[in-house]
Amino acid sequence: MPPGLVLAGAVIAAAAAVPALYLAIAIADNPPTAWEAIWRSRTAEMAVRSVLLAAAVAASATALALPLAWLTVRTDLPGRRLWATLATLPLVIPSYIGAYLFIAALGPSGALQDILQPLGVERLPSLYGFPGAWLVLTLFTYPLVLVMVRGALARLDPQLEEAARGMGRSSAEVFRTVVVPQLYPAIGAGALLVALYVLSDFGAVSLLRFDSFTREIYISYTASFDRTGAAALGGLLVVLTVAILYLYGRARRRLDYHRIGPGPARPPRAVALGRWRWPAIAFCAVVVLLALVLPVAVLVYWATKGISSGLEASELLADAGHSLLAGSLAAVVTAACALVVALLAVRGSRAGAMIERVSYSGYALPGIVIALALIYFGIRVAEPLYQTLAMLVFALSVHYLPLAVGTSTAALLQVSPRSEEAARSLGRGPLSVFRTVTAPLIRGGLLAGAALVFVYAVKELPATLLLAPIGFETLATEIWRQTEYGFFEAAAIPSLLLLLISAPPLYLLSEKGVAT
Amino acid sequence: MRRLLSFTAIALAGAALLAGCGGSDEGELTIYSGREEELIGELIDEVAEREDISIDVRYGETPELAATIREEGGNSPADVFFSQDAGALGALASEGLLARLPADVLETVPARYRAPDGAWVGTSGRARIIAYGPDVRASELPASVLELTGPEWEDRLGWAPTNGSFQAFVTGMRVSLGEERTREWLEGMVANGTQSYADNSAIRDAIAAGEIDAGLINHYYVAEAKKEDPDYPVDAYFPPNDIGSMINVAGVGILESSENREEALAFVRDLLTPPSQEYLAEGELEYPLVPGVPVDPSLSPLSEIPDPGVDLSSIDDLEGTLKLLQETGAL
Repeated sequence: MPPGLVLAGAVIAAAAAVPALYLAIAIADNPPTAWEAIWRSRTAEMAVRSVLLAAAVAASATALALPLAWLTVRTDLPGRRLWATLATLPLVIPSYIGAYLFIAALGPSGALQDILQPLGVERLPSLYGFPGAWLVLTLFTYPLVLVMVRGALARLDPQLEEAARGMGRSSAEVFRTVVVPQLYPAIGAGALLVALYVLSDFGAVSLLRFDSFTREIYISYTASFDRTGAAALGGLLVVLTVAILYLYGRARRRLDYHRIGPGPARPPRAVALGRWRWPAIAFCAVVVLLALVLPVAVLVYWATKGISSGLEASELLADAGHSLLAGSLAAVVTAACALVVALLAVRGSRAGAMIERVSYSGYALPGIVIALALIYFGIRVAEPLYQTLAMLVFALSVHYLPLAVGTSTAALLQVSPRSEEAARSLGRGPLSVFRTVTAPLIRGGLLAGAALVFVYAVKELPATLLLAPIGFETLATEIWRQTEYGFFEAAAIPSLLLLLISAPPLYLLSEKGVAT
Repeated sequence: MRRLLSFTAIALAGAALLAGCGGSDEGELTIYSGREEELIGELIDEVAEREDISIDVRYGETPELAATIREEGGNSPADVFFSQDAGALGALASEGLLARLPADVLETVPARYRAPDGAWVGTSGRARIIAYGPDVRASELPASVLELTGPEWEDRLGWAPTNGSFQAFVTGMRVSLGEERTREWLEGMVANGTQSYADNSAIRDAIAAGEIDAGLINHYYVAEAKKEDPDYPVDAYFPPNDIGSMINVAGVGILESSENREEALAFVRDLLTPPSQEYLAEGELEYPLVPGVPVDPSLSPLSEIPDPGVDLSSIDDLEGTLKLLQETGAL
């Protein structure tokens, strides 16, 4: 490993560790309070609730994503590219908006209830609590797994499956014993991102009235202004993240996922669905209907009701421009960092694995903790950069780095080191090998990572409110402004605009992020 | 690949450029405001014009801005903190982050609406109410919030235990009625099936949607809804001479680290003059705190609202409330 690369990785890891370092400092400020906060019985209770929710959502997101991925990559499903894009799009909807839209549409006093009332349906099942949180979070995070698995499926070598078929195994057996195991890294990476995201989410679970771990952190900050107690809870989240990562890392180490045979992988033959085409389309349609069409329909309805929100077009366009700027910068910076981390983690040694784990430490933390960490260090260490766009981009990159690291490592795992070694043995230097051999093969994963970071960065709220320069309004802060009194209707137009600017990167993600 | 690299280079160069034009030292005064722009943006513009100061405002959530000021330490770019409630001001004052205000500013408002140590001053008051929907008959409305634990209110109520105003109300109850009575009431409410919501607007929306019949919120949530839609199905009830209609204050403090004391003081002073107080009273239907400014007729007069005599910014009191809420299962 070129020493320059390792140095770069160390710098990135140090940057990603800033939130964890801040938490350590805040805890050290008043250890007895921190200790008390950790050992409260409520802390354990809420931690268990959140972990259960995270695991449940990760499982159901995977259950949704696997068939969708297989149908859109490996079969002759009509319109599969369109289905792929539509199925990926729910990612652009911020979870707090999505939760509100679901309550408005499917809640006990929502639109669907009004429609079904005359048909004798007295009261729809309540969306509140665990069921609602599970449903809403699954629908808005399954695309994370979908993106990973589609990418991996597209890069699989069909030779293995054909060989298994040739030895007499049925299609179902081949799928189960040959295809799925090769997808483990992608499924694992996606499920990991989903689980950690659920741990960090606050907006959706609070609207859906599910008491979670993040709620305890929030209460610490807002009720008792207790930064040490809140930091202790945040620290627990970091420890939980590291523990989950360790298990994931152990599971991943055990297998090689790249091809061994010579020559490039041939594109596999598409599986003919035949009669199964109709159930397949129905399945895709139901998912897309619930996760995309329903929320967007409610937003469009509110927007056309003409709720006056006092917003001018010029203001909205400026907000959109700011969102685009911050998001794009964050995406580029994060993709570059993720590349370094991925190379070190997959091709490097134990140091690389550690750097990868550290890079995840800021992801499961609620945005307010990231913001406060950067405020603390920013004003002490980098004062001229405080409350500038650069600091905001730094915060977004630290927070969402794992999204890009996940896609990049998944892609890199499928590139055989033999091709790189062959190029080296033919006399090329490491940089040249990277440029001509490795980079083209993982380009899809990098683009996917950049697109994911962009989508999440433009949705982000707490850090943007505190770290952006005064006057740098984004669509997310505009939506927040409009919903102060709970009138989400007024936020419909900026919300639609947010979806609109996030859609093209997501389309690219679903098209290019899958190809090699 | 080359295109990707060159795009990256340009983007990063752009970022570096933008880093330069990020910091805003343009305004003479920087305010961190936990009060919403919709409410006071115009007011701040008017004050800026009257006092001839240029003002930059960072809007955010009160507790998060308070946490920000604390993390910024002595180096905050902010001069003034405009807070939605007294608790956040008290938290900052207890860390020595707020400057003591001059006596003439403090004495513009009655003693109960300013900090005992002079670190902050209230600018307007908001009353707690019982919001109710169309399924509640006028004869049902209780004389006191304490009656809401009765069987006739089972499964019909909502509250927001994580909300700062609610917690201030419980603190007020603890001080005026005692710890035991408050504990009884909280346990009674929980046993009565009172639903917990994330915030006041969620409660109001739930009443409008028929999910619950009544809830404990602040007055202006109903007023705001009625402004948008005069037929909004939720109304406000002020239990007379009862802790249930207690007043919370929004207020301002000047940061100890501020280098623009003169402008900050001018701003604070202006907020306590009749034009600003009238803006808050007429425009936003809040309680003006400066004597002599009329209260909107739709609000219960101050004479019918008891003063619990508690320092709502006392952190110890807030922590005691939090503990009680957690012990009784309300939170």
